Amino acid sequence: MLAVGALVLGVGAAVALALTAFNQNLMYFYSPSEVLAGDAPEQARIRVGGIVEDGSFVRDPNSLRVDFRLADCDVAVAVTYTGILPDLFREGQGIIAMGNMDGDIFAADEVLAKHDENYMPPELVESLKDKQGTSCMPVAAT
Amino acid sequence: MIPELGHFALCLATGLALVQWLVPTAGAVTRRWRWAAVAQPAAVGQFIFVAFAFAALTYAFIVKDFSVAYVAANSNSELPLMYRISAVWGAHEGSLLLWALMLSVWTLAVSVSARRLPSDVGAIVIATMGAVSVAFLLFTILTSNPFERLIPAAADGNDLNPLLQDPGLIIHPPMLYMGYVGFSVAFSFAIAALITGRLDTAWARWTRPWTTTAWLFLTIGIALGSWWAYNELGWGGWWFWDPVENASFMPWLVGTALIHSLAVTEKRGLLKSWTVLLAISAFALSLLGTFLVRSGVLVSVHAFATDPQRGVFVLAIFTFFVAGSLLLYALRAGKFQSSAGGIALFSREGLLLLNNVFLTVAALAVLLGTLYPLFVDALGGGKLSVGPPYFNAVFVPLTIPLVVLVGLASAVSWKRGKMERVRSQLWLPGAIAASLAVVAAVVAGGQWMAVGLAVLLGVWAIATALYDPVKTVLGRSRVKLGRAAWGMSLAHIGLGIFVIGVGIVSAASIEKDVRLNIGETESLGGYDFTFMGVREAPGPNYTARIGAVEAARGGQTFAELAPEKRLYPSQQNPMTEASTHILPWRDVYVSLGEPLEDGDVRGAWSLRLYVKPFIRWIWLGSFLMALGGGIAASDKRYRLAGRKAVPALDNTAAAQ
Amino acid sequence: MNAKRLAPLAIVLALIAVFGVGLTLKPGEIPSPLIGKPAPTFELPVLGQPDQLLTLDTVTRQVSLLNVWGSWCIACRVEHPLLMQLAADNVVPIYGLNWKDEPTAAQRWLQRHGDPYVASGQDLAGNVAIDYGVYGAPETFLIDKAGIIRHKHIGPITEDALNNTLLPMIRELQAAS
Repeated sequence: MLAVGALVLGVGAAVALALTAFNQNLMYFYSPSEVLAGDAPEQARIRVGGIVEDGSFVRDPNSLRVDFRLADCDVAVAVTYTGILPDLFREGQGIIAMGNMDGDIFAADEVLAKHDENYMPPELVESLKDKQGTSCMPVAAT
Repeated sequence: MIPELGHFALCLATGLALVQWLVPTAGAVTRRWRWAAVAQPAAVGQFIFVAFAFAALTYAFIVKDFSVAYVAANSNSELPLMYRISAVWGAHEGSLLLWALMLSVWTLAVSVSARRLPSDVGAIVIATMGAVSVAFLLFTILTSNPFERLIPAAADGNDLNPLLQDPGLIIHPPMLYMGYVGFSVAFSFAIAALITGRLDTAWARWTRPWTTTAWLFLTIGIALGSWWAYNELGWGGWWFWDPVENASFMPWLVGTALIHSLAVTEKRGLLKSWTVLLAISAFALSLLGTFLVRSGVLVSVHAFATDPQRGVFVLAIFTFFVAGSLLLYALRAGKFQSSAGGIALFSREGLLLLNNVFLTVAALAVLLGTLYPLFVDALGGGKLSVGPPYFNAVFVPLTIPLVVLVGLASAVSWKRGKMERVRSQLWLPGAIAASLAVVAAVVAGGQWMAVGLAVLLGVWAIATALYDPVKTVLGRSRVKLGRAAWGMSLAHIGLGIFVIGVGIVSAASIEKDVRLNIGETESLGGYDFTFMGVREAPGPNYTARIGAVEAARGGQTFAELAPEKRLYPSQQNPMTEASTHILPWRDVYVSLGEPLEDGDVRGAWSLRLYVKPFIRWIWLGSFLMALGGGIAASDKRYRLAGRKAVPALDNTAAAQ
Repeated sequence: MNAKRLAPLAIVLALIAVFGVGLTLKPGEIPSPLIGKPAPTFELPVLGQPDQLLTLDTVTRQVSLLNVWGSWCIACRVEHPLLMQLAADNVVPIYGLNWKDEPTAAQRWLQRHGDPYVASGQDLAGNVAIDYGVYGAPETFLIDKAGIIRHKHIGPITEDALNNTLLPMIRELQAAS
C-alpha cells in the first residue's frame, strides 16, 4: 500500500512538473507581418523567420553587433543581434531568429540558418503560402 | 551490372525473410517442428543476400559509379575513400539498407544461439525478426531503392553533405542503428512470451544479454553523436534537445528501464507484463526514431505528405508492429502470473520499480516535447517549438532521485531491505560524497550550489558502486562477484562520472564571442587568447581557412589552437571545425566566426572562446556505461540458463 | 482482457490517427483552363542579354518546361534545387519567365543559387504572366513541340510531383515526338 501511495505521489509530482515546464517553454513561430501587427505577446521569447533583406545588413565596426531587416512578402522587421552569425548567414538567405520584440526592433539572442544554400524555414514557407498554395508577391519588388 | 545484382539480392533477401517469418510461425502454431526449423537456415540466407546487396552498394561508391542515382546524389569524384564508404549510409536509402543489414546480423546472432532455446520460443523470435526484415526490405525496394539508375549518368556526383564528412559520423549512425535494431530482439522475445504464454526466469535470462547489448550500442551511438556535435558544430554544446537527438534518447531511456525491470523479472518473477510492455515500447520508439529522422516529419508533418508513398508505408509498418503487438499484449498479458506477494517499497525490486517510474516519466516527457509541435501542426494549430529550457526543467529534477536511488538500491536486498545494512554500507560512500561536494563547492565559488550538487550525486553513485568490488578485491566478501555485478558497478560508476561532467559543464562553463584583430588578446576565465591571423590552405576536397590562436595561462603559452572554416566547392557550404586543448578537467575550445572587414581574411575576425570544465567526463562516463553493459552481457549465467531449459521443454514438445 | 491493458493500444492508435491526419493534409490543386490549349505567344528580352529575344518558337523546339520565377519569390527557392538537378541531368530544357523582377536582382539571384534555365525572359510588366493565367510564383508549364500546354504545376515542384507526374509526362511526350 505504501509502495502504491509513493508511486502515485512520485508520478503525480513528475507529471505536474513536466506540464508546468512545458507550458512555460513553448515557443511560437511568427512571420514578420505578424510580429509588426502586434500578434506576438510582448516580452515573450518567440521565433521569427524570414529572408534577410538585400542591402539591409550593417555591421558595427567596433563590436559584434549586427543589424539587419528580416522580410516576408509584405513587410520587413528590423533585427539586432550581438554575436557570431551562423556559417550560412547572408543577405537573401532564409533564417530564423529567436528573441523578443523590444519596441519596433526584434532583439535576437540566437540566429539560425540551416546548412543548405537554399534553405527556407518550413514554417516560413507555410506562412507565405496563400490559399492556393503558392507564394505571395512581395510589396518591395518593383 | 553490380548494382542490378545488388538489387536482385535484396529481392531474394525479401523472399527469404518472408519464409523466415511465415514458415516458423505456422510451425510453432501447428506444432510442426520441422517447419520451425526452417527459421535458422532462412535467417542465414537472408543475411548473406542483404550483406551482398550492401557490399554491392559500397562497391558502387568505391568505384564512383555515378550512374547510380544514390551514388551521384551523395558522393563526388574528389571525396576521400573513407567518406565514400561512409556515404553509403549518408542518406535515406542507404541508411535503410544499413538498418536491414544490422537486423540480419542480429538475426544471425540470435539464430546461432537459438539452439539453446526451446524450439517454439526460438522459432517465434526468429520469425518475428523475419517480419521486421520483410517490412524494412519491402520499404527499401518499393519506395527507396538505392540501386536506381540515373539515365543519363551524372558526370560527377553532388557530394556528401560536408556535415557528415567527419570521422565521428562514420561510426555514429551504425552504432545508433545497432542499438535501435537490437531492441528488435527484446521485442521478438516479448512477442514469443505473449504467444506462448510463458514468461519465467529462463525467459528473462535469455532476453537480458540481448537487451543489454542493444543498449550498449545505443549508448555509444548517442555519445558519439554528442561528441561529434561538440567538435563539428562550433557551438561548444554537447546536447541540444534537438528532435533528432531526442529520437535516439527516448529508446535509450526506455531501454534502461527495461534492463532494470528485466532484473526484477529474473530475480523475483515480478513485473512481468510491465517488462513485456517496456520491450515493446523500446522497439516502438526505435521505429519512431528511425522514421521520424529519415522521413523529415520532424521538420514538419507536411514533409510527410510531400512524399505520401513513403509516408503511408511508414505509418503502415508502425501500425502493424506497434498496434499489432499491443493488441496481442492486451489479449494475452493477463496470462502472466506474477510470483505471490506484492512489492515492498523498501526492497531492491521496490526501488527498481521507482527507477522505472522515473525513467518512463522522463521518456514520456521527451516524447511530449518532441511530438507536441507535430501534433499541433497536424491539427492545423500553427507552428511552435518546445525549447531546451523545457527539457532541462524536466530532466534535472527527475535525474536527482534516480541517482540517489542508484546508490541506495545497492545496499537494499531483494524482498525486504534491512536498515542496519543500509547504514553500515552507505555511511562511508555518503561521507566521501559529502566531503568532496563541500571541497568542490568551495573551489567552484560562484556556482557552488550546482557544482556541489553534481559532485555530491556523482561521487555518491561512484562510491556506492565501488562498495562491492572493493570488498571483493580486499578479500572481505563471502560471495564471488559475477561479471553481471562487475558490469553493473562499472556502468553505475560511469553514470556518476557522467553526472559530474554534466553538472559542472552546465554550471561552470564560460564563453565569449569576441572581435579580434591580429595580435589582439582576449582573456576568459584566467586564460589569454591571442589571435595570430588566418591563412588559407587546400584540403582534399575543400579549401580551409585556418586560424591561429595562442592560448596562454599566467603568461605561459600552452597551446597553439587552429580552428578551421572549410568551404566545400561542390556544395558551397562552409563548415566550422573547432579546435580544442584537452586536459582531464577542462577543455579550452576556440571556433572561428567570420571575417568582419568586408570578408577580408587578413583583417579582424569574430571568434568564439570557451572554457568547458569536466566536459570529457560526459563521454568518459557514457563509455564506461557501455563497457559495463558489455561486461554484464557476457556473464556466464545467461548462457548456462539456456542449456538447462532446453531438454525439458523439447521433451514436452516431442511428447505431443 | 481488461481496460488497463488496452490503454497502451488506445494511446498508440490515437498517435497513429494524428499522423494519418498529417498525411492527408495536401495543398489543393487547381485545374487550369489552359491545359490542352495552345500556349500564348510571347516575345521577351532575354535576361542578361536584353538585345536577344525569347519567343514561344524557341521554347517549342523541344518538349520544354516554362517556369515562372522571381528573385523576390521565396517559395521559388524551395523548388530550385530540383530544377538545378533536372538541368544537370539534361532531362528537359527549362525556360524561365522572370516575372516582375529587377534584372540585376534576378541575375544576382541566379549567380547565388545557380541557373537551371536555358534562357529566362524578362516579363517586367507581367503581361505574359497574365496571358498564362499566372497568379503566383512559382508555377511551371509543360509545353510540347506543337506548342500545347500539357500540364501546369502550381507552387513549388516537389520531388513527388516531379517523379510521379512531371517526369512520366515529359518522357511520354518526348517519346511521342
